[in-house]
Order: sequence, then C-alpha cells, then structure tokens
Amino acid sequence: MKSSVWQRVLQTTEFYLILVIVLVGALISFLNPDFLSLQNLFDILRRNAFLGIFALGLLPVLISGGIDVSFTAVATIAQYIMALVITTHAVDSVLLAFLIPIPIGILLGAINAWIVTYTRVHPVIITIATLNAFHGLLVFITGGRWIYGFPASFADFARVQVFTVTDAAGRTLGMSVFILMWLLVAVLTWFVLQHTRIGRKIFAIGGNLEAARRSGFNIFRIHLFVYGFTGALAGIASFIHTAQNQMVEPNAIVGRELEVVAAVILGGASIFGGKGTVLGTVLGVFLIGMIRNGVILIGLSSYWHQVTFGFVIIVAASINAVQSQLRTRNPGISL
Amino acid sequence: MVSAQPRRDEAPVMSVRNANKHYGGVHALRAVEFEMVAGEVHCLVGENGSGKSTLVKIVTGVVRPDEGTEVFVSGAKLTHLTPYAALQHGIHVVHQDLSLFPNLSVAENIASHKYAGHGLRLVGWRETNELARKVVNELDIDLDLQKAVRELSVADQQLVAICRSIASEAVILIMDEPTAALTHFETQRLFSFLRQLAERGVSVLFISHRLDEVLEIGERVTILRDGAKVGTYAAEELNRNEIVRLMTGKEVTSGRPRDYTRPEVEVLRTDGLTRHGQYEDVSLELRSGEILGLIGPRGAGRTELALSLFGLNPPDAGRIYVEGKPVEVRTNRDAIRLGIGYLPENRLREGLVLDQSIENNTVITDLAQILGRWRFTDPAKRSKLAESVINDFHVVAPGVKPRARALSGGNQQKIVLGKWVRTSPKCLILDSPTNGVDVGAKGGIRQVIDQLAEDGIAVLLISDEESEILENCPRTLIMRDGRIHGPYETAELDEERLRAMIRHEQELAV
Repeated sequence: MKSSVWQRVLQTTEFYLILVIVLVGALISFLNPDFLSLQNLFDILRRNAFLGIFALGLLPVLISGGIDVSFTAVATIAQYIMALVITTHAVDSVLLAFLIPIPIGILLGAINAWIVTYTRVHPVIITIATLNAFHGLLVFITGGRWIYGFPASFADFARVQVFTVTDAAGRTLGMSVFILMWLLVAVLTWFVLQHTRIGRKIFAIGGNLEAARRSGFNIFRIHLFVYGFTGALAGIASFIHTAQNQMVEPNAIVGRELEVVAAVILGGASIFGGKGTVLGTVLGVFLIGMIRNGVILIGLSSYWHQVTFGFVIIVAASINAVQSQLRTRNPGISL
Repeated sequence: MVSAQPRRDEAPVMSVRNANKHYGGVHALRAVEFEMVAGEVHCLVGENGSGKSTLVKIVTGVVRPDEGTEVFVSGAKLTHLTPYAALQHGIHVVHQDLSLFPNLSVAENIASHKYAGHGLRLVGWRETNELARKVVNELDIDLDLQKAVRELSVADQQLVAICRSIASEAVILIMDEPTAALTHFETQRLFSFLRQLAERGVSVLFISHRLDEVLEIGERVTILRDGAKVGTYAAEELNRNEIVRLMTGKEVTSGRPRDYTRPEVEVLRTDGLTRHGQYEDVSLELRSGEILGLIGPRGAGRTELALSLFGLNPPDAGRIYVEGKPVEVRTNRDAIRLGIGYLPENRLREGLVLDQSIENNTVITDLAQILGRWRFTDPAKRSKLAESVINDFHVVAPGVKPRARALSGGNQQKIVLGKWVRTSPKCLILDSPTNGVDVGAKGGIRQVIDQLAEDGIAVLLISDEESEILENCPRTLIMRDGRIHGPYETAELDEERLRAMIRHEQELAV
C-alpha cells in the first residue's frame, strides 16, 4: 500500500524541526514579546546567512559519506586573499570581491578531495589536519594581522535591501541581500543534489561506496566535486562575512566548524552518509540561530546559549536515532 | 563421462580461451576454456580456491589475466577489460551483498546505470521512473518503485539487483551464491524468475555451494578444481555424489551416522518454551553425547530458539532445565556459566574477530584460563592454548599469530568450535556449521562434531540442509512455522523424504 502524503510528512525530520522551531519560538516570545517581529526574523536570517551557506556547502559532503571540518580555515584564507587584493590595490569592485574567494575555496577543497581519495584515511582526520595546516600557515605568513579599509562600495553593498516594508509602527525594514544570497545558494544546492547526475551519484556513494565503484562511478571525481563544492560555498560565505564585518580577522571564523556540522546533522543529514536535505539544513541553521538570538533577548548569559545548543542537539539526534530504529525493526512493513 | 556439447548450434555469447592467472607465485587459473550460449542457465561449481572467483573477476574486468588469455563477447574480442567496459558489454554480476544503494528508491536503483558517465548532466525523474516501471512490468514483479531499498526484504532486494542488470541490458547475468539468504519459497521464486530470464535470451551463470540447487536450476554445469577445468556437463548426467567426486577428485561415501543407542544423561531440556511471533510451545530434550538435529526453513524460528537458549532472546513463557534443574538464562553470561555454548550462523560477523590474531580468537571466550600471576593475560599461556586448539582440531594455519581473516572458511569454523570447546561446555548449539564451507572441509568439521559428542558434549545442530542433518544426526527435530515436530530417527529417512516432511508435503508421522 502507498503511504499517504500526511504519513510521509510525519516521517520527515523537517516536520519535527518546524515543530521544535514553533515551540521554542513560542516560548521565547512568551518571555520577550519583541522576539516575534518581522524585524527580528530578518535579523536572525541576515546574521546567520554565512553560517547557512557553510552548512549548505557541508551538506553534499555529509551525504557522500564524508565530512569536512576545514571549511572555516578555507574561508579564512579565501577572505584574507580577497581582502589583500581589494585593499592593497584599492580595487573598487564588489563583483571581484565576490568572485575571488570562490576559486580559492575550490582549490583548497580539491586538496582535501585528493588526500581523502588517495590515502583512504577517514576524512574527519584529514580535514582536521588540513584545518590546522591551512589556518596555521595563514597566521604564520600574515602574522595574524587584521585587514581594514575596504572601499565605500563594499559598505554600501552590505546595506542593500532586496525589498523593504513598513511595519505597523511606521518603521521601514528590509530584507538584506545576504538573505537572498543564502536563498539562491540553497536553490542551487537543491538543484544539484536532486536533478543532476553528480547529485544522485553523491547520494549513491553515501549509500554504498563499494556498489558505486562496481557500477563504474569515478569516485575521485565525485570527491573532487563535493569537497570543491564545500570550498566554493565557503568562499561565498567568507565574502558575506567580510562584507558584514567590513574587516578580516584570521581568528574570526575558525572554531565555528562544529556549530555548522551540528546544524546540518540537526537538519536530518546522517553522519554515516546517504541522507540529508536542503530544507532540513536551512531549518537546522535557523533553529540554532534562533536559540542564540532568543537567549540574548531573554537576557541570559551567552553561556546559556551553549547549554541549550547542546541540549537541542542531544534531543534532535535521539529523535533521529529512534526514528531509524523504528524503521529497521519493522523491515518490509508497508504503511 | 563425455563433456556436454553446447545446446543447439549457436555461437557462444561469451567464450573464454586459455584463461591463465598468476597471483605472485600462485597459479590460480590454468588454461581454462569456458563458454556460454544465449539463454542457458549455466552453473559454475568448485571448492574455495578452485578458481571460480578468479574466472568471474576476469570476465568482469576486475583482474587482468595473464598474456594469452582471450575473452570474446558476442563474437568481439575484448582486450584490457575494465569493470566499466564489462558492464558496457552486458556482463553483469549480482554479488552476494547485492551492491544496491539502500538509501535510494527502487526506481533509482534499477535505473542507476543512467548515472554512470561524467558531467553535471541533468537526470529526469520521469525517465527514471518510466524505465524502472517498464522493466518491472515486463518481468511481472510486484515492487513499490518509490520505496527505499533498505525497507525491502532481502529477496526483494535481490530482485531489484536483477532488474537493475536487465534495465541496463545485461547479456550475461552472473549470480554469486544468490540463495544463501533466501527461504525455500523465495529460492523457488528466484529460480522461476531466472528461467524466465533465460527464455528471454539472457544467459545466467549461477554460482553456488548448494549442489541440490545446482542440479535443479542448471542446464549445464562447469566444474573447476585447483584452478583447472574438470569439464562441462549436462546437468541431467550428474548427481550430487558425482559432482562432489569431480570437485574434490576423491571418492565420497555419503557418511551416515553409525549404529547408535541413545545416551542416558539429560543435559538440556525445555518445557513449553514460547516467544510470541517467533516460536511456540517448544519442548525438547538433549542428552550428553547426543547430536540432535534441528531442521527447518529459514524464518521457521530456528535461530530465534537457539538465541533464547543462549540467553540473547528471552522467551515469554516456558522453562529451561540444565541437568534436570530449572534455570534462568537471561544473558549470554548466564548461558556460558551454565555450560551452554553457541556457534552462530554467521561465523564471520558474529563468531570471529577477523582482524585479530588466531590466538586471540581462540582465547576470547575464556580469558580466565590464560591469566598469569598478577591477573594479567599471560602471552605464553595464550599461545599454548591456541596451539592446542589448532592441533586438536586439525586446523590448517600458518601459526597462531596471523589474523583470523587469513584462514579458509572451514578452518575458521574449526577455530570457532575450538574456542567453545575450551570453555568445557555441557551443551553446544551449532547453527548451520558447514554453511558456506567447502565440500572437502565439511568432512573435517563433521569429524570435529563427532569428537565433541564422544567427549560427552550434547550437540544441537541447526541446519537448513537435509544432507547436513542426515550425515551428522541420528535423530532430528523438524521446525516449521515456529513449532517443533519429532524427534525422528534419521536412519529411516532420505533427503527426499525429509524435504517433503519439512515442506509438509508428507505427513510427519514416520
């Protein structure tokens, strides 16, 4: 028998995530009514856009059965080189600033892919190593110097609104261009995963690597694509991060890897590969961003964010585990 | 016996000429000639190490044969065959592990060859679903195409794997031990399906240790021994003993249990043991030095019952008695303490730690025996114990240090038996002990089991192969749909009769 649409929805991680978002949102706005405003919603989305793009970059790697924790170092190198080019040569081009980090990310991602494929060491080891190596090299070469002094167009770009609305109180608020970029990257990721050969191959190697080899898939090419994709998106995220902060600091992003990994897994991707969705990934990032925002609005110490963050991960991971246990315990039972 | 000529006068769809392969100094395949015609079911049999898998790996492009080996498919000579090229020429293998993508839908698995090749090319979901539906409809199979493959039974997954090969226009379908995980009913369904494929012109190469099945499904049988071809025969010219003789090069006498009087001392007894949905009202009695058979199809509850006796699957009702006293077997530690040992069906996954040394595997069930003065394990004691197991059980091993993975299936099984015997059990439950073991090695394991019984251990031998039961057990129980029937004296039975009783084609009264 075919399961009804409703039953299928009930089985998805996204459904539970939305449920949790609504419940947590209701709790926060009960404690501080300011939480529930369009202004605050846009604010959460804008502040988390670069993390959201990191997460989307990580998603295909996780689906393929790998993992990459080096993307923060990749992003830092990409934004540093971009900032050097823009500030020392006084190039007044936002487009160039956007374009420079992407090939740098792809190149560094390709290095990850190459090492992972040819050493066959678990990618968590490889990318922890490259995270440290990339970041260490950058700090060593640059002396950890911060970079300021971006051209005015750069600051202008950070203020671009896609559209504006006027709320009941007469204030004008708008959706930042960074939110639009996050949205576009999400659509792109979804399209690649769902509608291209390489996307389906990524799911396939995450489901059964040996079977993929036997089917004649070129595993190195697939690795090259997924790690390159992570790198490319890390590049885009680093551009947003630079534009939002108007400066580059070599220690600003490194250290946030696990937060992003957690968000993607919260969104239903499996650490063992073969599973994950774009919608879940976006919701996972949003939930974590919302909790961080809520903790501040309620007036708690930011350490409480860490506590609730840990708690939410445990609950979400447990729900996932129970769901998959229920499925495997009743194999072949059709709903 | 005359080697069979190919049926009809057809040109072979695949032929292999003068196939040789050396692995280092080992001559794994010696001048083998092999051919298949369109639409036949051809069986390939031989013991482990006879060259079956090397031959398959050559025609599927996984290993490169020695110079001078020629492979022709549909008349064209193939040189520098790669796995991908073999697929392109229609040579498909359904591996024992099926090589499916469990996280993808049935439709995507069937159409997955569309993803091979490079590029960011788009995939059409409609195209994928239509291709899958077409194949499934043509072959008249009932499968939910949108379901994830991991949610299907093993038998259905196997059908998906076959459909995938058909969807990518397989000319030759190689089935590697396809019935190992199937119930009798599922095996019959698979066979009728394979015959249907053969009628459509697909050539099926069927590889199996189960000689009864080889005789049932095969039209021709090619036998390999020590890397060389013994011959290709028409299946109707062969019988089971003949195949064993050709495979091993030795005369076999079908070993039946000797004259036998039942021992007196009761070791294990159950009374009304029940676990709902698995087995009902099981009462059996096992005596010291007895080898009692328990036969039934997969899914009848055999393994579940065995796990209950070993404390890993608590029963809902009923009692277990050891030496006449009622006992509680709540965990496997209880079972070991009470003297009950269990040799699992899947020895590779559950019985051995494959990447540990042979000696570590032999001592793992009883570390207390090898403790030294300070309660640390004593390497000298460990080696001595391991060596005694190897000697007592005639294990062919290059010493005790290599990893268990390096041993052949039969010798691995002896190690598993040996480690249990070291714990001085009163009762051993052996689940399919010769499953997947060579015909030749089966004899060695049989001797070990006899030896155990002579030493006074009560043995419960679980199997789904009639021959294994008849050759080892003077008495056997039959398990069907979770219920026990018997015991029956096996001296009065033959394979046909026993099989009929298991399938309930014949009344159980003997």
